[in-house]
Amino acid sequence: MKPLLNYAWSRSALAVIFLFPLLWSGWSSVRGQPGSGQATGYGFGNYAQILKFGEGLPRYFANSLIVSSLTVAGTLVVSALGGYAFARFTFPGKNLLFLAALAILMVPYATILIPLYVLLGYIGLQNSLPGLALVFVMFQLPFALYMMRNSFEAIPREIEESALVDGCGSFRALTRILLPSVRPGLITVGLFAFLASWNDFFAPLILLNDGANFPLPVAVVSMTQRTFGAIDYGMLQAGVMVMAIPCLILFLVLQRYYVRGFMSGALRG
Amino acid sequence: MTHALNSRGSRRRQLAGMLYATPTAVIVGALFIAPLVLVVIMSLNKWPLLGSPTFNFPKNYQKITDDPLFMDAVWFTLKYTAIITVLLSALALGLALLVQDRRPGVGFFRTAFFLPGAVGFAAAALLFYGMLNNDFGPFGFLHVNWIGTPDMALFSTILLVLWRFAGFNMLILLTGLQSIPVDVYEAARTDGASRWQVFYRITLPLLRPTIALMLILSITGSLLAFDQFFIFTNGGPDNSTVSMVMVVYRNAFFRFDLGGAAALSMVLLIVLVALNAVQLRILRGPR
Repeated sequence: MKPLLNYAWSRSALAVIFLFPLLWSGWSSVRGQPGSGQATGYGFGNYAQILKFGEGLPRYFANSLIVSSLTVAGTLVVSALGGYAFARFTFPGKNLLFLAALAILMVPYATILIPLYVLLGYIGLQNSLPGLALVFVMFQLPFALYMMRNSFEAIPREIEESALVDGCGSFRALTRILLPSVRPGLITVGLFAFLASWNDFFAPLILLNDGANFPLPVAVVSMTQRTFGAIDYGMLQAGVMVMAIPCLILFLVLQRYYVRGFMSGALRG
Repeated sequence: MTHALNSRGSRRRQLAGMLYATPTAVIVGALFIAPLVLVVIMSLNKWPLLGSPTFNFPKNYQKITDDPLFMDAVWFTLKYTAIITVLLSALALGLALLVQDRRPGVGFFRTAFFLPGAVGFAAAALLFYGMLNNDFGPFGFLHVNWIGTPDMALFSTILLVLWRFAGFNMLILLTGLQSIPVDVYEAARTDGASRWQVFYRITLPLLRPTIALMLILSITGSLLAFDQFFIFTNGGPDNSTVSMVMVVYRNAFFRFDLGGAAALSMVLLIVLVALNAVQLRILRGPR
């Protein structure tokens, strides 16, 4: 049977369709548009405009960076220790705890966030960036724990045993010998944690109510609310680029670690 | 085999293991189990955003069916889920088949198809918000009212979601396609099977578990849709694109009725857990 479509052509046409919106957005953010920050010609007028939007772009960017850094650090520490525990130790309640962590995947986001809004209020973490990061760590746990447990299980036990025989404690064995071996797993977990926390819109929308604390997605979406007057579409696309470019760069640099996350079967829970 | 591990005293090992698992246990307990218990309690009470709760079971549940906005949202979300799941799966399968062979340049195409998935969903929704604006975007000359009517708003949202998620689902399918041994294909070709027969008799059946996984992720994700309708269509026009999770959000933070929102999210929870139970059967069944 003759292929209906020429492979090279159909793939190229599809690639153009998939890349077009990104290229258009980048182009729109620098092109001239009467009444916008960049009135004529090409330049970074829209980006200069967005610096002054609301609390100022630097503030929103810093909020996003703080939340994402805390999320990545927290997820790595919790899942490295937890993965080690689940891969190498036996203790009462081990299987129950692992299943409970995986069950996070089954529960709708909104079902946990509504009570979390109340709960974080009780412990003084409502409307706080560390509180939001803790929530993101929790949502990352099923994937991260699964990934790290498998990474530790893939290391031959003999390596660790010889260290233990040499009088090394289990924590020293973890930091000196095992962690370097599970580095690819840690990078995958960190990448997923960054992308999820940097881009999430729903959790900060619910858990934060002070505009000065907003991360980028909530701040940039607020540009479309008419309370700020007419929508400045050029500035909006500049906002899209500010959010997207770090993710695109990270993805392109760490692509094989991202794909590892898919191959691991961790999406299956 | 584990002499060294056992000889160090299993009690000490046990304690060490518990210590390493403590951060996990604290997070799961405080940020997952506790909210799950609280959402049940909240759903049994009149729970205003400010002020103290009072027990009112079963009122929060009774009024679910009286809320026309929610009942409309249920139908709309089901319709959206059905359309997206069919289109997204078909598109992802097509893309995966186009880039499954290791030919020169295939990496570029995989990356191109996936790249929208690296952009956050909120950013993607804002991108389309500008791109499908007829005064600002490139398609103004078509004079199509992209989000002006209920049908067009749904159609445009589907375009957005297909663009953002096709590569993601393609990647899931590729992992499945690459686990099919090459000699299975070669054997079929030497037996004179046509391209279509190979696809229908070999690829599809062997891909079944992966397709099931993709379908479940797509169905659960679509049933819980929020960002696309909140950001891109803002529920409009005339509340025609209000999803179930949007009603939960509105009840909680616009009507200040956390108890009602909790009851609605209990309904979502039960539906999702039931769906996931079906998923486990499908995924584990045929092995």
